[in-house]
Amino acid sequence: MSDLPPPLPPAVARETRSDLSDGEWHRLHPLSPLFQGGIFLVVVIGIVIANMRDRLVAIFLPWLMPELPDGGEWNSGDPVDWVLDHGLLLNASLIVLGLLVLITGAFYLSWRFHTFRITDDDVEVKRGILFRSQRRAPLDRVQGVNLTRPLVARLVGLAKLEVVGAGTDANVKLDYLSTRNAERVRADILRLASGRQLAEAEARADATAPGRGVRGVSAAVSEGLTGLIAGAEGPESEPESVVHIPAGRLIASQVLGGSTIALLIMAGVAVAGGIWGSPWVLLALVPAVLGFGAYWLSQIVRSLRYSIAPTAHGLRVTFGLFTTVTEIIPPGRVHAVEVRQPIFWRPFGWWLIKINRLTGRSAGDTSTDQFTTVLPVGTRADVERVLRLVLPGTSDAEWSVLFEHGILGPRSDDPFSQTPRRAWFIRPLSWRRNGFLVSPDALLLRRGQIWRSLAIFPLARMQSLGLHQGPIDRALSVASLRPHTVAGPVYGYVAALDRDDALAAFTDVAARASAASTADRSHRWAEFERTESEPTA
Amino acid sequence: MTNPLSPRPEATPTPGEAAEVTAPASPIAPTTPVDPTAPVDAADAHGSLDNGTFTALVEPRSPSRLDLDGGEWHQISPKYVWVQLISGGVMIVLVAAVMLFLALVLDQTWAYIPGGILLVIMVWGAIIIPRQARSIGYRLRRDDLVFRRGILWQRLVAVPYGRMQLVDITHGPLDRGFGIAQLKFVTAAAATGVTIPGLEQQTAEHLRDLLVEVAESRRTGL
Repeated sequence: MSDLPPPLPPAVARETRSDLSDGEWHRLHPLSPLFQGGIFLVVVIGIVIANMRDRLVAIFLPWLMPELPDGGEWNSGDPVDWVLDHGLLLNASLIVLGLLVLITGAFYLSWRFHTFRITDDDVEVKRGILFRSQRRAPLDRVQGVNLTRPLVARLVGLAKLEVVGAGTDANVKLDYLSTRNAERVRADILRLASGRQLAEAEARADATAPGRGVRGVSAAVSEGLTGLIAGAEGPESEPESVVHIPAGRLIASQVLGGSTIALLIMAGVAVAGGIWGSPWVLLALVPAVLGFGAYWLSQIVRSLRYSIAPTAHGLRVTFGLFTTVTEIIPPGRVHAVEVRQPIFWRPFGWWLIKINRLTGRSAGDTSTDQFTTVLPVGTRADVERVLRLVLPGTSDAEWSVLFEHGILGPRSDDPFSQTPRRAWFIRPLSWRRNGFLVSPDALLLRRGQIWRSLAIFPLARMQSLGLHQGPIDRALSVASLRPHTVAGPVYGYVAALDRDDALAAFTDVAARASAASTADRSHRWAEFERTESEPTA
Repeated sequence: MTNPLSPRPEATPTPGEAAEVTAPASPIAPTTPVDPTAPVDAADAHGSLDNGTFTALVEPRSPSRLDLDGGEWHQISPKYVWVQLISGGVMIVLVAAVMLFLALVLDQTWAYIPGGILLVIMVWGAIIIPRQARSIGYRLRRDDLVFRRGILWQRLVAVPYGRMQLVDITHGPLDRGFGIAQLKFVTAAAATGVTIPGLEQQTAEHLRDLLVEVAESRRTGL
């Protein structure tokens, strides 16, 4: 624990930008249309095959066909029969051939028309044949860059790059690039976004062509297979993960997670129903258990091979067994952090960490969840390491406060302002714990006795601050404090605080938040580092 | 990206203030950064923000109410009450008409139950509107806008100017008839919810320009 890595290691020396980000228009990988629209094609082929199964079996494996009762026509409505009967074989083949040519042509055109460019200030994507769309995102608003590698695309060495913007459905997607190019583009985007100027592109002949023809594809496949086995990130130098989660712990943590309570309640109801009502009620448990099993499995598969590491451009989070997602979150993109402990995790001392950040996804997107979990399960030491990465610039003195008092609950000399005794019934179980603390650069909310949690709101990111008081609150002379941030799993709300404390905090935090946000330079984080280091150098 | 500390381009120095500001002090209160509760452009703001508004804020009587020290609250126009009463009244008449039609013409006596509940709620809403409107206030401090509303359920929100994503001014037909507008201060957080209703149209536009100008000089990242 003493050998914690520094939050941001010095920037890599190689600062040249690749030729993919030279401000010119570039195309994506030629196989991309297949993966973009490919699912549709696969579904169509699947339907056709499923419907013509008998026919195919009859053609290729005739000895497996059962004897037909009449020895005559089967399936008189079959289109293939109809075609054969009317001697339209030639026409039919031509139509199929035409369709294939059409699809290939469409794929080719969509590839030709799908281009991107990266200039010093923006990343821009043009796509579409009939309905052209052009999307340009300023680089200093980049909220993160993630590289998604679905299983099939990984086999051929392709990856999908997504530049995360602020807003719903605001992401710029580059799908697909070869893994190597994707990594180079990502590095370029992050370097440009950080405010560093890059050296001009080196003339590197080998870089442009992602490998043409069959040889290129086969090379890509073999590369992909190696990557699959190694599970590595690729050429990018890979920093060590600061957290290692054993698979057993991951599985146990999911099984003991919050959803288990719902399952237990359901089981209880079903058993009660089985005893006093009809025993058939117990059968209702079967789909429930299956459903939970599927849910757990997907959660576990998603979180397997999790790693989190500091890089020159921020936090790098990787997860996923089949679909690997690597996301880099630049500094200052974390709007709120929460350390939580579901009740069943308490004996094991496990915690999970969620953050509020702009994922650029629409609200209903189910994958948002994985982009907001930075630690699916970890021990206290893991939590400490991850928090140090997520919240750089917190002093050591603050860490002890944060852990002893904030996470583990009230101790003697509690620095938190907590719920006064007179208002205990607003938070009957957790009132001793329920409270807040204003640190120099963050607002900490400590909540929950059974589901312990500590939410940290960096003042430089807080959007606004609310103070509420209802009639019962007023009678007890308490109020609730609500820091507002971008939407996410961490909710900003702590109830039943002493009215005077809350008012003082309101004034104090509002002033500090304004000051912190004005002083904050993290939208061009490297520029900030440079200006900071200049006077000392 | 503007440097948040650089002086506002068209900052017009008032007579009291030194002609050249050497230190990159905040452009809004160039003299002293002492009091964070000091209002923005007080002279300018008071001239046009308080024309024909309510003059006394209605607050809960309890001493443990939420109360910020220092500074005056700007309030909204009494016309807002009339607009609310008229639109509320129309709704009350409509609901009552539907209820009576169902009950008397179609003999659906059950309609009295939901109709009655709705009517009671709406009439109650109309009764408390005049007091509620007097509880709405905003204050332009040096670095942030503070908004308050509510008597029974009191709500205070402080939004730093730099957090502004956009300012919306909306007015419906009735609002236009009375010459009032609603101003919405939008940040990246949906929960902020700072919507100031019932501003005189001129006040709203003035306030919008003021907010945009101040936000420009304190622009921050997200």
